Amino acid sequence: MMNRHYWLILLSIFVALVAALIPLPRELQPFQPDWVLLILMYWSLALPHRVNIGTAWIVGLLMDLAIGSPLGVHSLTYSVSIYITASNYQKIRNYSVPQQSLLIALFLAFYHLLQFWVSHFLIDIYFLPQYLWPVLTGSLSWVWIFLLLRKYRRHFRIR
Amino acid sequence: MNLLFGRNASLQLRLIIAVVLSGLIMLGDRYTSGASTIRTSLNTFVSPLFYFANMPSEFLNWSSQNLDSRELLLAENTLLKEKQLLQNAKLLEFQFLQNENLKLRALLNSSAKLESKKLVTKILSIHSNTYNQQVVINKGFLDNVVEGLAVVDDLGVVGKVVQVGSSTSRVLLMTDNTHAIPVRVLRNNIQTVVEGNGKLNQVELPHVPHSMDIRVGDILVSSGLGDIFPEGLPVATVTNIERDESKPFSKVYAQPIAQLDRIRLLVLLWSQQTKVNENDE
Repeated sequence: MMNRHYWLILLSIFVALVAALIPLPRELQPFQPDWVLLILMYWSLALPHRVNIGTAWIVGLLMDLAIGSPLGVHSLTYSVSIYITASNYQKIRNYSVPQQSLLIALFLAFYHLLQFWVSHFLIDIYFLPQYLWPVLTGSLSWVWIFLLLRKYRRHFRIR
Repeated sequence: MNLLFGRNASLQLRLIIAVVLSGLIMLGDRYTSGASTIRTSLNTFVSPLFYFANMPSEFLNWSSQNLDSRELLLAENTLLKEKQLLQNAKLLEFQFLQNENLKLRALLNSSAKLESKKLVTKILSIHSNTYNQQVVINKGFLDNVVEGLAVVDDLGVVGKVVQVGSSTSRVLLMTDNTHAIPVRVLRNNIQTVVEGNGKLNQVELPHVPHSMDIRVGDILVSSGLGDIFPEGLPVATVTNIERDESKPFSKVYAQPIAQLDRIRLLVLLWSQQTKVNENDE
């Protein structure tokens, strides 16, 4: 059931989870993109039959436990974001990588606003514009994540 | 492997299931205790991630410690010895005062203060949710950590334990906007509450009437109400008071006494109540 394709995908998600937990210096922390979501988005575009909403939901729950947000916030927001990419993967694949990163910026903006909105109801926080920095950094890092993961996928022939 | 058609309906169904399950989990998280068995085992499940993520900073610490020069270590050693001597001298005085306090309490027929259990713990360098102020520590229920323990450093109150795993737990800092501590003003014993507002170097006092006797520079100590923080721990110093008579309450801001941006080692305090419960078992 769990073949080597799954294990290799899970390995990349594990690395992203660890990367999301490594703290940056305080000044850089607001700019940290959501590595886990970017990697999930890549896999949902490249292999939508392996990574889609189910995986996103479970990884989101792990993320909630790991960074201490109220349980369910990341599983909800990851599921919705991955629904958008997985249901449009044929269209998105046809764009060039810079065009894709613009589209990813749009999805990330939606994701961060949705996450803020859910958290606002659960833990009573107020909006700061700096919460949206990861949209810019995430869209800029999409190019590199895309090229890196494509290399990874082709090298290990993950299908 | 035909992916071109017949996938969309299933995706929508999956989305609905995911959204409903997330909603149920949010409700469950809200209305159950953070120390329940399920939550503890879930927290234990992710703790390997913490140790992986902590590795780089642990390695840097280790290498910087090993690269310290001999002179530096000797200088530090002398400094620490001097500090210990001074603190021992203070401790002698403290013991005398403690004895006197016990005698006075005996004269007043009030119960003596029990000494509570303490444990030193280290902060793992883990990034937490942007919207919260939390840290992860390297002690869990295997070290008898339970939800609601008070956490302090050498200067004052830091926060309390909110989630427990087997070998890690999560501490909510006193500056988080879901955290509040009952305090009193050291100068005149007025009771009030200190709330976090999401900034690491500022806390607020909500609903302070204009007539309340509070001044800039007043020290706030925990009042022991609420049974989480023992009485008399330093919490914050009042830094700014805005008395605008057109508003119903004055705005009072304070600065936490513990230096929350550079904490490294913390102390867990078991309150007397939990200790009594442990004795019962």
